[in-house]
Amino acid sequence: MSAWEDIGARLAAGEASLLGLWGEPGRVHLAVLEPSPQPPPPSPQPPPAGGGGEQSPLPLREGVGGGEGSPPTIRHFAFDCPDGHYPSLARVHSPALRLERTLRDLYGLIPEGLPDPRPWIAHGPTPTAYEFLPVEGEGLHQTPVGPVHAGIIEPGHFRFTCDGETVVRLEQRLGYTHKGIEALLAGAEIAVAARIAARSCGDSTVAYSLAFARAVEEATGAAPPPRAVWLRALAAELERLANHLGDIGGVCNDASFALMQAHCAMLRERVLRAANACFGHRLMMDFVMPGGVSRDLPEAAPALLLDLVSQLRSGFPPLVRLYDGTASLQDRTNGTGILSADLARQFAAGGYVGRASGRDFDARRDLGYAPYDQLAFVVPVRAEGDVNARVWVRIDEIAASLGLIEQILDRVPDGPLAVALPPRAGEGLALVEGFRGDVLAWVRMDAGRVARAHLRDPSWFQWPLLEAAAKGNIVADFPLCNKSFNCAYSGTDL
Amino acid sequence: MFRTLLQGLRPPATEPAVADPELAALGAALDGAVRKRLGRSLSIRAVDAGSCNGCELEMHALNNAFYDLDRFGLRFVASPRHADVLMVTGPVTRHMREALVRTYAAMPAPKWVVAVGDCGAGCGVFAQSPACVGSVAQVLPVDLTIPGCPPPPAKLLAGLLALLSDR
Ligand code: SF4
Repeated sequence: MSAWEDIGARLAAGEASLLGLWGEPGRVHLAVLEPSPQPPPPSPQPPPAGGGGEQSPLPLREGVGGGEGSPPTIRHFAFDCPDGHYPSLARVHSPALRLERTLRDLYGLIPEGLPDPRPWIAHGPTPTAYEFLPVEGEGLHQTPVGPVHAGIIEPGHFRFTCDGETVVRLEQRLGYTHKGIEALLAGAEIAVAARIAARSCGDSTVAYSLAFARAVEEATGAAPPPRAVWLRALAAELERLANHLGDIGGVCNDASFALMQAHCAMLRERVLRAANACFGHRLMMDFVMPGGVSRDLPEAAPALLLDLVSQLRSGFPPLVRLYDGTASLQDRTNGTGILSADLARQFAAGGYVGRASGRDFDARRDLGYAPYDQLAFVVPVRAEGDVNARVWVRIDEIAASLGLIEQILDRVPDGPLAVALPPRAGEGLALVEGFRGDVLAWVRMDAGRVARAHLRDPSWFQWPLLEAAAKGNIVADFPLCNKSFNCAYSGTDL
Repeated sequence: MFRTLLQGLRPPATEPAVADPELAALGAALDGAVRKRLGRSLSIRAVDAGSCNGCELEMHALNNAFYDLDRFGLRFVASPRHADVLMVTGPVTRHMREALVRTYAAMPAPKWVVAVGDCGAGCGVFAQSPACVGSVAQVLPVDLTIPGCPPPPAKLLAGLLALLSDR
């Protein structure tokens, strides 16, 4: 069995999880996460080519970070297919499905045996011509929603098939915000590419910039100075705080409980204002850059951020009590939109989606990238998998992030903010824990330019699960399910 | 506890809007037309025509207690049929063009279009992409542009108020 098919079998058997699948003309890339203890890695020399094409598994990194116990391993494979054909992994492992459809749309790479012939990212000249899955059955009706939704929200199409009030199938159609990000990144100067990476998904701009910067630094062999590494984590935790606060308020608002929303939105605004005062931008865009960070904190920053932490420590717990003590609200969030632990594991769902369904993974802790290898924090995990569990994971992560911000402020070292990047050629891969889950970045550098890059949003492996979680719920509960997932559109539309 | 939490919203966190001279000048170019036709109340429909979601986050913030959009008679509505103003974010992607044009067509006249963000103004960092058809103005008649990446809520508010100004 070729190495490619072998990894497909291991994914299907649950011995490894799919981290990403991306392409370039004539080549498919694959990243998987293998739990510890791992089998001995293949030797560095290229393994013998098998049938179909040239397999060249390229283990880019074997184990990352420090920490006790052996961390899981990220392995990167590349499959050369000059004829544009490769054996589909989605045949045996469905989380690869949308990614393989995307590679066909973007690069003409044909997944042999792919069960779904429809495009994904490409809409063609008549976007309305898309064939949704057929539905048969007495009394079923369909409700099409989107791409323009009834709120200030990103565009996407949801096709509900309902039996009375109950959703029997949700099918998503995305790709509306496709901006051609990978094509823009290919050949871009590093500073330009960093700005594009930061704008792939605006709510996770720090996480994206960090993933991209770390991948570039690995590719070029640059080591960002310690102060930059710590300041990056500070920005990342503020981003997590702001988004979780917004989401908790948003979920409650979708249950028509506006008081929670009003308070959470105020706390979120305080976080953004602190971010603006300390990082010069409310969303902290372009703060993290390859080689380090773009500016230093003003002198008042530590006091200002500690004040923010204490405001949240006093202001947030009463909201949690309000959330937990309001029966009408609890009635909406408990037992709604349940995602099974099996599906969360199969899809390697990141962030609160996975952790609310028992998947105990957090890239900060499990890969132990700096400075998290030197920080103490708890990763909350729940088993129920419902809207309430996804809210509670966020609540507990807010507490954890407040603790992290204090530790970082206490220990952030002095020193330079950035290093120059050597104009070396090479490849780099990084996985960073954003608020929504793990963001993967891969780059190939060539003399100071990005030759190719790929940014994989956590929602690639969360969107399909929302389809599963919505099933069996009433239509009126869909906004709750949807907001509790809060999947990214722009991030996955590329 | 309810009482404490309601108290928490007073004394008002709401801040006075600060006029932005640049945007006021842009609004003045509209010659008070909006105010003349619609008075002080505007219903706004938002369409993301390909944004990164950054602009949406800041538009959301307009509804928080600090900016409290409602007090100016401005509010976001769910249907284009109820809207006077279309706020459009993002470089218009090929895939969103049709939906954007249809949303605009669904609005009753008179209607105004506000292009939001550096993307709405000129496609921002996505300007070279063949997946984008162009700025909002290349697809719809734009009356006001609010630049920024993303424009902070204070700037968005100043822009909307400029739209309502007499002159
Ligand atoms: S202007 Fe900036 S924040 Fe707004 S959509 Fe464009 S990149 Fe995102």
